[in-house]
Amino acid sequence: MFNSATQSEFAGALKKAYTWYTGGFATFVIILAIAEKMGLPRIYIGYAFLFATVLLYAGIGIMSRTSDAAEYYVAGRRVPALFNGMATGADWMSAASFIGMAGTLYLSGFNGLAFILGWTGGYCLVALFLAPYLRKFGQFTIPDFLGARFGGNIPRFIGILAAILCSFTYVVAQVYGVGLITTRLLPGVAFETGIFLGLGGILVCSFLGGMRAVTWTQVAQYIILIVAYMIPCVWIAVKHTGIPLPQMVYGGVLEKVTAVEDKLIKDPKELEVRGIFKKNADDFDARVKALPKSWEDGKADLQKKLDDLKAGSAPAKDVEAAEKAIAAYPKTADAAKLAWNAGKASNTARSGPPLRHAEAFPGKDDAARDVSRRNFLALVFCLMIGTAALPHILMRYYTTPSVKEARTSVFWSLFFIFLLYFSAPALAVLVKYDVYTLLVGSEFAKLPQWVTAWQAVDKALLSVVDINKDGLVQLAEITIGGDIVVLATPEIAGLPYVISGLVAAGGLAAALSTADGLLLTIANALSHDLYYKMIDPNASTTRRVTISKILLLVVALCAAYVAAQKPADILFLVSAAFSFAAAAFFPALVLGIFWKRANKWGATCGMVAGLGITFWYMITTHPWMREVFFGTPRSVPAELWWGIQPISAGLWGVPLGFAVIIIVSLITPAPDKDTQDLVDHVRFPLLRGDTVNTTAT
Amino acid sequence: MQLTDRHLEYWSKNLRVTAILLAIWFVATFVMGYYARELSFNFFGWPFSFWMAAQGSLVIYVVIIWFYARYMNALDNEYDVHEGEED
Repeated sequence: MFNSATQSEFAGALKKAYTWYTGGFATFVIILAIAEKMGLPRIYIGYAFLFATVLLYAGIGIMSRTSDAAEYYVAGRRVPALFNGMATGADWMSAASFIGMAGTLYLSGFNGLAFILGWTGGYCLVALFLAPYLRKFGQFTIPDFLGARFGGNIPRFIGILAAILCSFTYVVAQVYGVGLITTRLLPGVAFETGIFLGLGGILVCSFLGGMRAVTWTQVAQYIILIVAYMIPCVWIAVKHTGIPLPQMVYGGVLEKVTAVEDKLIKDPKELEVRGIFKKNADDFDARVKALPKSWEDGKADLQKKLDDLKAGSAPAKDVEAAEKAIAAYPKTADAAKLAWNAGKASNTARSGPPLRHAEAFPGKDDAARDVSRRNFLALVFCLMIGTAALPHILMRYYTTPSVKEARTSVFWSLFFIFLLYFSAPALAVLVKYDVYTLLVGSEFAKLPQWVTAWQAVDKALLSVVDINKDGLVQLAEITIGGDIVVLATPEIAGLPYVISGLVAAGGLAAALSTADGLLLTIANALSHDLYYKMIDPNASTTRRVTISKILLLVVALCAAYVAAQKPADILFLVSAAFSFAAAAFFPALVLGIFWKRANKWGATCGMVAGLGITFWYMITTHPWMREVFFGTPRSVPAELWWGIQPISAGLWGVPLGFAVIIIVSLITPAPDKDTQDLVDHVRFPLLRGDTVNTTAT
Repeated sequence: MQLTDRHLEYWSKNLRVTAILLAIWFVATFVMGYYARELSFNFFGWPFSFWMAAQGSLVIYVVIIWFYARYMNALDNEYDVHEGEED
């Protein structure tokens, strides 16, 4: 695609190309906006965004096609720091960051900030401990480093397994996100079709051009996603404060939200609604306690009611309703126990007062607050270390031209990520203010237009039901799904539909760019590390690249297949990937660079121990995984260590990994001279007289 | 190969700046996080700990990485371990 002679000319050409591209994209959005004013139906706007962006990504892929190994695996190592930063930003920010993050903050207030801290602070560790050294090492993958530093195939093989384990769970979530967004842009298209449409875009790009195509596409995707995030966020800030700088002014809005919360916690109407939920929960509880008799009685009651209706020749409508009620009634006493416990839980959840958004570690007493704080810090720890250990991110720093650019590039990466992450908390607070002041207290007959529209789309995203029949909306009557915060903001802020389309295109860009990077990581682990380095070291470049492309296709289809099953607890799997990456890679990589004495057996045992304990803690404490692995019913309470949630299992794996590497290394022989020279080689950007050369081409 | 004293000096300076920046990172993240309830005085509208977790610490992270890149790139030149310019 870009073949200029020197690095600075190349950077100049890139800047020009992407400026034109941004201008072109802005024109495209403006034309669509004008077309909308002139009466273009919404469905065509959705089609326009979907096909224009996917075609664009595919076009970049075709222009960057290559079968050269260094181009395919590391984009020819000539990506300037600024552009590598943008590409890393897009690689990093997934559908969860773009769509889910503000929603999580809306729902969990201060405690949700663990994600903001964890997913940015991790870059300090990337910068200080990994990026420059990996760049100097200069091969293609993370298992490459483990193989070279610790010698032999065992550390490399564990690296391959860990890379696939964390990347695959993550990519399934991205493909799932692609399906969701496509169906949102194109109402009427089946979820599975949506997945395969999006997959087409991913594949054309990474299939033809590997890392080179993925890099240039990710830069394009970053520009779309950041614009799509900022426009609605700025607009809603103007609506509520009159100032177009949401990140600067939402402190005042947060104060107002806190004042409204104080009022709502004591409001008699709110108390009335919460009381109704409390009563429902107690009813469910009583019925569960009286099982199995309560189930038989309930069944008999429904049957009697139906018989009475039929005997009294009641209207067909009532008979039908009674028949439906019988059909919906739990089939067995065990099924009733499950259903009623779930009913009790959901009603109990809604019977509590609203969360105070700004309060750190809320809890009913000091002990509960302490557990909340411990979990917050543990989650931040796992997300940070995991960020600094995810192979698809670390791989990006192989693509810069020099160690110096690698260091600068981490700065740009975090800067571009920061732009979105410091806006998300602002967006959450502004939307909360809107809901608490404009939706709460409004009449059911005159609900805001966006509320009616989104209720019709999906009850799980938004539902407002008049529980106490007073005709007014109480906060306790609203159920809200996290994703709506980003998806509905354009409508809440009163923007035209074209901006909603832009937001969906931004979400699609976020999901596709992350999926691209992850698929490449998995395919490279299999083709480069497993096949080339371990099975057939004599394979020609063309053969390696071809095998990588075929594997990419296979992995993508597997991911699509798994995503189409709509696996439960997909968000948990994504978070689990961070704990796995943290425990498997971080100790071995850091000690490999900073401690010459670390050897093969230390690294091998450390990685196995770290992964092992993380995995063990997860499968013994997470309700869903316990059920899968041991058949333990969900109602049995888990035995947590110091109350730490399974999502933060890496908290045990990382220290154990460090300890095992150190102890085992010290009781086994020190690594040989060549390995120690390799460590010196990666520590110094240039070592005169150095005979080690690890750069792969 | 044998490292010279200059090389060792470069490496120990690198370790020192890494340790200092890591300590700042640790305070901005975990010490601030631990005392979040105590540090919730009003800061331009935000409770201070909320503002730190949402913006302040993030700015510190960006500055840490910026400073490290600047410092190390200069150190490379000073100790003559920088790579040849490719352009």
